[in-house]
Amino acid sequence: MERKLATRDGYGAALVQLGEEHPDVVVFDADLSEATKTALFKKAFPERHFDCGIAEADMMGAAAGAAAMGMVPFVSSFAMFAAGRAFEQVRNSIGYPQLNVKIGATHGGISVGEDGASHQCCEDFALMRTIPGMVVMCPSDDVEARAAVKAAYAHKGPVYMRFGRLPVPVFHEEEKFQFQIGKGEVLTQGSDLALIATGLMTYEALQAAEELKRFGIHARVINLCTIKPLDEELVLQAARECGKVITCEEHSVIGGLGEAVCALLGERLPTPVRRIGVNDVFGCSGPGAQLLRKFGLCADHIVEVAADMVADSAR
Amino acid sequence: MKPEEKNRLMRTACQVRMGILEATHAARSGHPGGSLSAADLFTYLYFKELNVDPTRPDWEDRDRFVLSKGHTAPGLYAALAARGFFPWEDLKTLRQIGSHLQGHPNMNLTPGVDMSTGSLGQGISAAAGMALMAKQQHKSLRVYALLGDGEIQEGQPWEAFMFAHHYKLDNLCVIIDNNHLQIDGPVEQVMSPYPIPEKLKAFGFAVQEIDGHDFDQMEHAFTQARSVKGVPFCIIMSTVKGKGVPFMEDQASWHGKAPNDEEFARAMETLQKQMARLEGN
Repeated sequence: MERKLATRDGYGAALVQLGEEHPDVVVFDADLSEATKTALFKKAFPERHFDCGIAEADMMGAAAGAAAMGMVPFVSSFAMFAAGRAFEQVRNSIGYPQLNVKIGATHGGISVGEDGASHQCCEDFALMRTIPGMVVMCPSDDVEARAAVKAAYAHKGPVYMRFGRLPVPVFHEEEKFQFQIGKGEVLTQGSDLALIATGLMTYEALQAAEELKRFGIHARVINLCTIKPLDEELVLQAARECGKVITCEEHSVIGGLGEAVCALLGERLPTPVRRIGVNDVFGCSGPGAQLLRKFGLCADHIVEVAADMVADSAR
Repeated sequence: MKPEEKNRLMRTACQVRMGILEATHAARSGHPGGSLSAADLFTYLYFKELNVDPTRPDWEDRDRFVLSKGHTAPGLYAALAARGFFPWEDLKTLRQIGSHLQGHPNMNLTPGVDMSTGSLGQGISAAAGMALMAKQQHKSLRVYALLGDGEIQEGQPWEAFMFAHHYKLDNLCVIIDNNHLQIDGPVEQVMSPYPIPEKLKAFGFAVQEIDGHDFDQMEHAFTQARSVKGVPFCIIMSTVKGKGVPFMEDQASWHGKAPNDEEFARAMETLQKQMARLEGN
């Protein structure tokens, strides 16, 4: 049976490791430490974990102050509240002064599940991408999540990381895995079309690529953990060599990875693109895995869109 | 306070007020009203209270000052220039392209500015975070934050006040500039924040009310602030918006408007006369 872990677990584990290695790491949470997994850090380093209560705006400001004092704060809440509710605090107190704050936002996307639309943030990439200098990452599995957290610490400047609640397959091999902010990863070599995915959609894209082989379609699967800065060379190369691109993200089709890829290709190398994401609708309650299928965020839907796109180009 | 020291502070405050007028007049925009109401405070902080060194603006053990009411940057800039953080002539570049003196404070551009602010309600959270980290780092430095009375209509300061009390930030001194006016009119007509002292006390602060244009009262309050342990301190200072320039005093219309040439000349004449009187002492 395949091993499944939520990327938020990777976040929590990596924080503890960072805490052991670096005394300047402090963690702020807003009454969600069990859910965001910063409770692991709290248990290991209670004197360096600060609960801010249900006050995300203040938490962002306090973290900015901590960074101004030379510490490296990681701040956590659900994506909806970290990127959404506290957007202006992140923009003005962290982004504008370029303070060294790392935002670990968990419970991103539809796969939050039963809590429903109020808690299913599908707008965070869009919001965070608009802040100059903000690095935006969305790891695809546990291995990548832990690597991204370490890279975020090493990076000087503000970073936004989105993690998921739903356990997802761990497909990266830790021993071989190398991670660099801003660099994508080619997972399968193909040249019929490119599947450019982020977060839990990367595994779905891999499954879709496997299925597409049965139709004689060889897809190049690219995993882009870093949504900003975008790995432009890798995307342009894929577009040049494959001629067709499908973007896959657990985020609104507005403002996320899909639009970032479209903007790049539109200006530099016009290429047919289909965007798979949340189609400008709110989510709803239900088990996370079922919701992903309902909203077309699954391998089957990627296969459908890919087959249609290939057929379209043959017409 | 000794008369000589008070006279020195009053002369510096007069100079700071001139700087506010020079800067906003040159910029043809900016916020003189709230800068003038806090001019005595800026002076007291940078010439009496804060442990800072203009030759080492990034000295890590310095006291921190966060101007949460960031639109009154001209007052802060004038005090910083008077204290020697950068040349006085820079004040006339306020709000111009290429100037380090942005419309609202920028910690990465201006020597002596400890936090970028301007969006009301946010600076106080950063100040509380700084105070918490100072304790974490076992530093004896103190953190000061100035808020406007209109600013506390925002929700975020109250989150920060809760935080400051919860973490027992007795190294944090909050100052509220109660100049009674905001853009749309008197604060109690726009959205009353009153009673301010009772609210701060309910949030766990030790509170001292003073006349924000009286250096003796300031000295007493800031001395008391340093002696209180276990809880954060709040100085609520009653002030006059536009203080020092008679035609600007107590007028909401001078919140965010620069003096024209004639008004500037008139205001400077008043302040120059005041300076001459103080120097004659």
